[in-house]
Amino acid sequence: MQNRIPVLKTYKIYIAGKFERSESGRYYALKDKSGNQIANICLSSRKDFRNAVVSARNAFAGWSAKTAYNRSQILYRMAEMMEGRSAQFTDELMLEGLTRKAAETQVAESIDCLIYYAGWCDKYQQVFGSVNPVASSHFNFSVPEPVGVVSIIAPEMNTLIGLVTATAPVIASGNTCVVLASQENPLSTLTFTEVLGTSDLPGGVINILTGKKGELLEPFSNHMDVNAVAYHGDDSEERKMIQQNAALNVRRVKIYDSKKVSLVKAQNPYRVMDFTEIKTTWHPIGE
Amino acid sequence: MKSDFRHIIPIDKVGIEERVARFNTRSIKKESKMFAMRLAMQMIDLTTLEGMDTDRKVEQLCNKAIRPFNGPHEIPKVAAICVYPPFVSTAKKALGDSGVHVASVATSFPSGHASMSEKIAEVKYCVNEGADEIDMVISRGEFLKGNYNFTFDEVCQIKEACGKAHLKVILETGELQTLENVRKASDIAMYAGADFIKTSTGKVSPAATQPVTLVMLEAIRDYYLKTGIKIGMKPAGGIRDTKTALRYLVMVKETLGSDWLNPDLFRFGASALANDLIMQIVKQETGVYQSGDYFSKD
Repeated sequence: MQNRIPVLKTYKIYIAGKFERSESGRYYALKDKSGNQIANICLSSRKDFRNAVVSARNAFAGWSAKTAYNRSQILYRMAEMMEGRSAQFTDELMLEGLTRKAAETQVAESIDCLIYYAGWCDKYQQVFGSVNPVASSHFNFSVPEPVGVVSIIAPEMNTLIGLVTATAPVIASGNTCVVLASQENPLSTLTFTEVLGTSDLPGGVINILTGKKGELLEPFSNHMDVNAVAYHGDDSEERKMIQQNAALNVRRVKIYDSKKVSLVKAQNPYRVMDFTEIKTTWHPIGE
Repeated sequence: MKSDFRHIIPIDKVGIEERVARFNTRSIKKESKMFAMRLAMQMIDLTTLEGMDTDRKVEQLCNKAIRPFNGPHEIPKVAAICVYPPFVSTAKKALGDSGVHVASVATSFPSGHASMSEKIAEVKYCVNEGADEIDMVISRGEFLKGNYNFTFDEVCQIKEACGKAHLKVILETGELQTLENVRKASDIAMYAGADFIKTSTGKVSPAATQPVTLVMLEAIRDYYLKTGIKIGMKPAGGIRDTKTALRYLVMVKETLGSDWLNPDLFRFGASALANDLIMQIVKQETGVYQSGDYFSKD
């Protein structure tokens, strides 16, 4: 088998639980540090984004209606599938320029991060919900609920832990999302789609696109059917544009410092709360 | 004008499907898309045919027919409202002099199983109540038995009962099994006096499909070439989004020509389509993808 030609993988985007090429048919070349081409990456268009939002919207009712316990099981299952691909993730992070040790640490932390948010699925409502004292014959209580479809611009650095930190807390509460992968380093994100495809996560809950921020930030932030935007990055122009576009339907915008995603402190239940809204119920009671 | 219905006009199924696939590659953009979307809106028979329909539901639908959208975008009103017979007078009253027609299904819709006298009485009732258009169903059982005379006579008698009202004949193509049967049923309906031929009741799956519609459009074309009479076409059921609607318009334009691109000769039987068209028109004018959250539910 000395003369065997290696079979290279075609990386695709992930919409509605299916691996697809961009409808635009465009792609860009991904190169390693020494300038050799590693792969062709889909250059998604705004129509791909539109399709992804439709699939996220369709998936929302089913995903948010699952029991919290079941969502927790599915996030745990995703972590299990990641564990089995540790070696591949490590190799891909090393292509981004990480040392083997740093890459291995990041993969392990990413898996632990998923487990962490799996645990929060059935706890955030207990911890952040409340029973409120009121001056009438009502039982008054407040519970956080998912906002709907969230568009996520993933961080450019620490791509794997960054991706997991960006998505896991969003879906933990029952939201669905569309993610724009790092433009420079999309490989580990694309391998993550294979984790999604082989875990029990319903199609459409996480949709992942690759492409240029310059083209996609606009639709990611002005689509009327997106309920919240999560931006991981430090570019002040981009931040401003997202906030302006979000004003169209007064959707929520959360901006995260891209360097902090890898810190242990970045993992906290307030990330789950960032994409929930509080529903308060007044329930009449007798004497 | 005579035609021998014992003849079978063979249909090339593969050819029809290839032709349809070709239509679907047409790219309609910018001004043409805006024009097509507004045109499609004017061609809609806004339909509610549910057992749970009420007068209030019909009135609400009529309001939507006249003013499809409240806002800064120019959205034309639809062609007609399509309801069950008991709601014709309600719809007539609600629509007033808006120019939107009232269409009523009749002849024991959707099965068509009733005695001829009952069917005629139902049609007359609808016409007296003020219906401008009657959507009848053919007896598919008799047609499939090969009792074509029955089908022909049935359409003739209903046409007579319609008086001035326009007659649309529903073939229920989902039950006709072959494209040859669709062609034959179309011919029978047209020769018997139909003003429109319509694919489906919407109660049987599959409802309107592109191949079936193309066969019917070709039947209309052949009838026009023979007689000089323009018959209308109404695909109904399953046309939910703008993209599909535009594909149908392309098909009409390239099979029958621009003459048929008007609400007098082409209609969509639909309910959800109207909302999608409004959303897409707003999207086209604002450049921003829209959300169902900001448009009425039905």
